Amino acid sequence: MAVKVETKLNASKLRADFPIFEQEVRGKPLAYLDSAVSSHKPRQVLDKLRTFYETSYANVHRGVYTLSELATAEYEGAREKVARFVNAPDPRELIFTHGATESINLVAYAWGLDNLGPGDVVVVTELEHHSNFVPWQYIAKRTGATFKAIPLDEHGELQLDSLEEIARAGIVKVVANNLVSNALGTINPVERLGEWAHEHGAIMVVDAAQAAPHHAIDVQQLGCDFLAFSSHKMCGPTSVGALWGRAELLEAMAPFNLGGHMIRSVKLEETTWGQLPYKFEAGTQPIAEAVGFGAAIDYVSDVGLNAIEQYERELLVYALERLADVPGFVGYGPAPDRRAGIVSFNIEGVHPHDVAQILDMDGVAIRAGHHCCQPLMAKLGVAATNRASFYLYTIPDEIDRLVEGLHKAHKLLA
Amino acid sequence: MNEFDQMYREVILDHYKNPRGHGELDDADAHAEGQNPLCGDEVSIFVVFDEDGDTIDEVKFSGRGCAISQAATSMLMEMVKGRSATEVATLPRDELLDEIGIPLSPVRLKCALLGLSTLKLALHKSKGTPLPEEWAGASGDLELK
Repeated sequence: MAVKVETKLNASKLRADFPIFEQEVRGKPLAYLDSAVSSHKPRQVLDKLRTFYETSYANVHRGVYTLSELATAEYEGAREKVARFVNAPDPRELIFTHGATESINLVAYAWGLDNLGPGDVVVVTELEHHSNFVPWQYIAKRTGATFKAIPLDEHGELQLDSLEEIARAGIVKVVANNLVSNALGTINPVERLGEWAHEHGAIMVVDAAQAAPHHAIDVQQLGCDFLAFSSHKMCGPTSVGALWGRAELLEAMAPFNLGGHMIRSVKLEETTWGQLPYKFEAGTQPIAEAVGFGAAIDYVSDVGLNAIEQYERELLVYALERLADVPGFVGYGPAPDRRAGIVSFNIEGVHPHDVAQILDMDGVAIRAGHHCCQPLMAKLGVAATNRASFYLYTIPDEIDRLVEGLHKAHKLLA
Repeated sequence: MNEFDQMYREVILDHYKNPRGHGELDDADAHAEGQNPLCGDEVSIFVVFDEDGDTIDEVKFSGRGCAISQAATSMLMEMVKGRSATEVATLPRDELLDEIGIPLSPVRLKCALLGLSTLKLALHKSKGTPLPEEWAGASGDLELK
């Protein structure tokens, strides 16, 4: 069996796979530094979507005719790819959803409503994206459970010494954490948190939306109970993502969306649920998008997750070096070896919106705002930050243009 | 004028760096605060009426935010001083946007209109003038009080 050796990543070469970079922005080449919000798509994924629609598309599973068989094979083939990508023990534990947010809501509702009550504690962190904060807060309120957030220290890392105190608030039932913070890039000690969760008989839910595109995921090694991620952040189409969950938990859970396809039999008196994974895939799924997701998994796996992570870290070190020379630069987040390729910052005296606007004038795309992390922003004492983020197609020239633009912004407005 | 110069054209930069009507008024007849929680732009508007209870004698704003929100509010202060509050309560937003004079994306539009929304709320609270239909009750993402 051939062993795949991950070669060093050649971003310029990969960039040529992405048609979007042929677009000019305000007469300038696109410098896209917002992959944390969403990634661009290579021809390989776009072609797969087109080919699927043109040659094999049909609704899946129930049809007896050939096209339906072809489509089903593609759809289930994609499921197997996605399941392998996270080293799930069994593809029937891999549920296709509309994205990480839906995946987390699924667990919060279908598991949370039946398993939480007064005296129980739901634990998130101050670093969570709203999609892994708000559902838990809401379900805690609905069920009467206590809602707690592990605080951050000044380096943007979780204060694990607060766990003892949190455990005193009641019976810890669920711990939810993002493996990589979309705002600061912090790589969180999810395995450690999972161990603590299990010590207390709680489940561990991992939001891997930001991690999965940039960092090899192994659910068995992570020791988590649920893992959520999205296709669009990893070169795949929008509207599809996945929830991996332990079979015994998924089987015990109530369904989430109900209707066609997730049933075994429907009678006036009673309806019974279908088997995993279909129990959680009601109605017509984003079939083509799931197939596109599979193609994205192929693309990203070919490049190699370790190669991607390594490359982004190099870019990060380069970026931080160059950014240190920008007057008024204030960076947030931990040291480079503790984070993914994300830089959250402010330029003193210049509002983030203005920074982002001035950069846009020169074709440089970054994000300005709260990054769906208002609790984090409150902790940092700011309303908003700027954020530059990298991916397998980012080239150093884009970072240089970012730095130039920041100098300009400071000169103009500070 | 290339686009860069346009967005942050001198007039806007001038209003941003030297805002007109910046400050607060004790004993204001009308007052409101507005904030865009998405980005942290905030503005407080203070109005003092003339003896007739309608003409805007003095109007000031304080707060912090992006260049567009601050410049737009500064321009607004100049525009409404000496005018009837009843008239200003229904000031079409286009009048302010024309004054700003540059095309604005939906995101920056909110920045530009924060001051106007807050001013209209101040007048509504003090004189019962109508809130515009577009956003009676809540201006989308803005927090106004």
